[in-house]
Amino acid sequence: MELAFALAIGALTASGVYLLLRARTFPVVVGLTLLSYGVNLFLFSSGRLVTGGQPIIGSTAGYSDPLPQALVLTAIVIGFAMTAFVVVLALRNLADHEDDHVDGRQSSTAPKPNADKEVSGK
Amino acid sequence: MNHWLTAPILIPLLGGVLQVFMGYAPISLRRTLALTTTVLTLAAAVVLLVLADDGSYRAYAFGNWQPPFGIVLVLDRLAALMLVMTAALALFCHIYALGGTDEGNRQFHALFLFQLLGLNIAFLTGDLFNLFVAFEVLLIASYGLLMHGGGTIRSVPGLHYVALNLIGSAVFLISVGMIYSVTGTLNMADLAIKVADVNEENLHIVKAGGMMLLVVFGLKAAVLPLCFWLPRAYATATAPVAALFAVMTKVGIYAILRVYSLVFGDQAGELAGLGMDWLFPLALITLAMGVIGALGSESLKTLVAWQVIISVGTLLAAMSLGSVEGTSAALFYLLNTTWVVGGLFLVADLISRQRGTATDKIVTAPRMRNRTFLSILFLMGAVAAAGLPPLSGFFSKLLILQAVTPGPQMAWLWSVILIGGFFTLIAYSRAGSIVFWRNVEGHIEDPGRLSARVSISAGALVGLSVVIVALAGPITRYTDATAAQLHDSSAYIGILQTPMVGEEE
Repeated sequence: MELAFALAIGALTASGVYLLLRARTFPVVVGLTLLSYGVNLFLFSSGRLVTGGQPIIGSTAGYSDPLPQALVLTAIVIGFAMTAFVVVLALRNLADHEDDHVDGRQSSTAPKPNADKEVSGK
Repeated sequence: MNHWLTAPILIPLLGGVLQVFMGYAPISLRRTLALTTTVLTLAAAVVLLVLADDGSYRAYAFGNWQPPFGIVLVLDRLAALMLVMTAALALFCHIYALGGTDEGNRQFHALFLFQLLGLNIAFLTGDLFNLFVAFEVLLIASYGLLMHGGGTIRSVPGLHYVALNLIGSAVFLISVGMIYSVTGTLNMADLAIKVADVNEENLHIVKAGGMMLLVVFGLKAAVLPLCFWLPRAYATATAPVAALFAVMTKVGIYAILRVYSLVFGDQAGELAGLGMDWLFPLALITLAMGVIGALGSESLKTLVAWQVIISVGTLLAAMSLGSVEGTSAALFYLLNTTWVVGGLFLVADLISRQRGTATDKIVTAPRMRNRTFLSILFLMGAVAAAGLPPLSGFFSKLLILQAVTPGPQMAWLWSVILIGGFFTLIAYSRAGSIVFWRNVEGHIEDPGRLSARVSISAGALVGLSVVIVALAGPITRYTDATAAQLHDSSAYIGILQTPMVGEEE
């Protein structure tokens, strides 16, 4: 179980980091989401992986640590809110620059001298 | 248990929630309530400062859970100092914002107060995961504030800022997970005990976790390889927001100071002084980078934004000396630089309002109205920031220079700070002489009048530099005591024995 879990975290994080380094906002947002999934799973595993345990000492032979579960819950909620915000921001960037490049550039051509005025006039 | 500790958190929280529901109330009512909230926060912070000055630690356990099992708020001299510094800065920024900045967005006051809430939690919390939550609270408010104000210029720097901080949060969570998986606790006082007993096998996990925490705090504090998001974001933010953000990098510095002096302090055995070898050279390079940026900046706001990076470098250099004198000098410099840089952002905005289309760019433009008043404010701010006598920047830099013991460290610190200070001075004098002295014929169409509100708040923030000089004696006494308290972490651990309500006897 540990191996599968570790591979899943590794795959999520690696894909997340790869997507973060892309130049378009959409892959970056997806990358941030994947990264936060990987991090949440990692945080979950920091209390050790236990099957059939309960978060109360004495009720079963082993116990599972309840604190990482609470931490993950907090992290999920915060991560969800942040993702919602970054999606809105990416859309705003797209609307402002008519391009979803992370630096807001017009596609591949160098900005013309009056390009700024054109964009801000809309 | 002292319930006063929750006041700096509850006041902006309640005030902010009230603002959320009052989006359509008359603006004068919203302004009055919002400003009252900020004033009350400052009052609560001052009360806590007086409480903390007796040198003891006060803890507040949420839900009466005995630490380390529950979340605690801990008040000591450092936390109280940060609270007062932030609340005073916020009050003047808020007054400035009432001069018209708050009109574009119904939720400006709510966001401003939530930002204050997040900052106050970060300063008071005694729990590593709660520190993460505080960072997220202050960040989400700062995202909103950064985007405040119309136009398209803010969307790209805002996007970079948000994406970087989300990555930072992910790294924070990973390091918290690594530390928890070995020590089984996230309470900072408990961590300080547990970290010393980590066995050989798990040592590297804690070490990696600790270093990753340093990366996160370095990102918040804008230390060199992680500082390039700052100038564009701060220079495009509206003035009161940029001025309030002068304290945002200081949260990272506070976190470094708190976590690395307590958890990885002298008692931490193998892990003592983790990462501190890295901090000193990085701090000096950050300082140098900030000076280069200041010399090359094309607008006043960018210049002040680079000044933020210069002060981060100076602060970290003094802190990483690891001595009581160094920390004390850093805290004195912290007060000076936060208020003055905040004031300079406001002054830069006042100047840009008077210059028509030239705004705050460092170019020749027609003569502005109120030139004498603005130039005096700019001169005071520049003198205090660059570290010339007679203002507080000089005294704080002097304290930093005196704090270092002779040796190679001294050679590096003295040369970088002094040469850096000289070039900072050149950057300010170049900007000031072009903006104020090199005027062209003609006049600007309808420059806005300076209202009393904005000029008083900008002037007062810069003027706090004079107050720091006047009160230098009491302030150094306080920062000395704070530094001594920080370097003796054994007393902090005592909060674990705080009696809970119901077992006070």
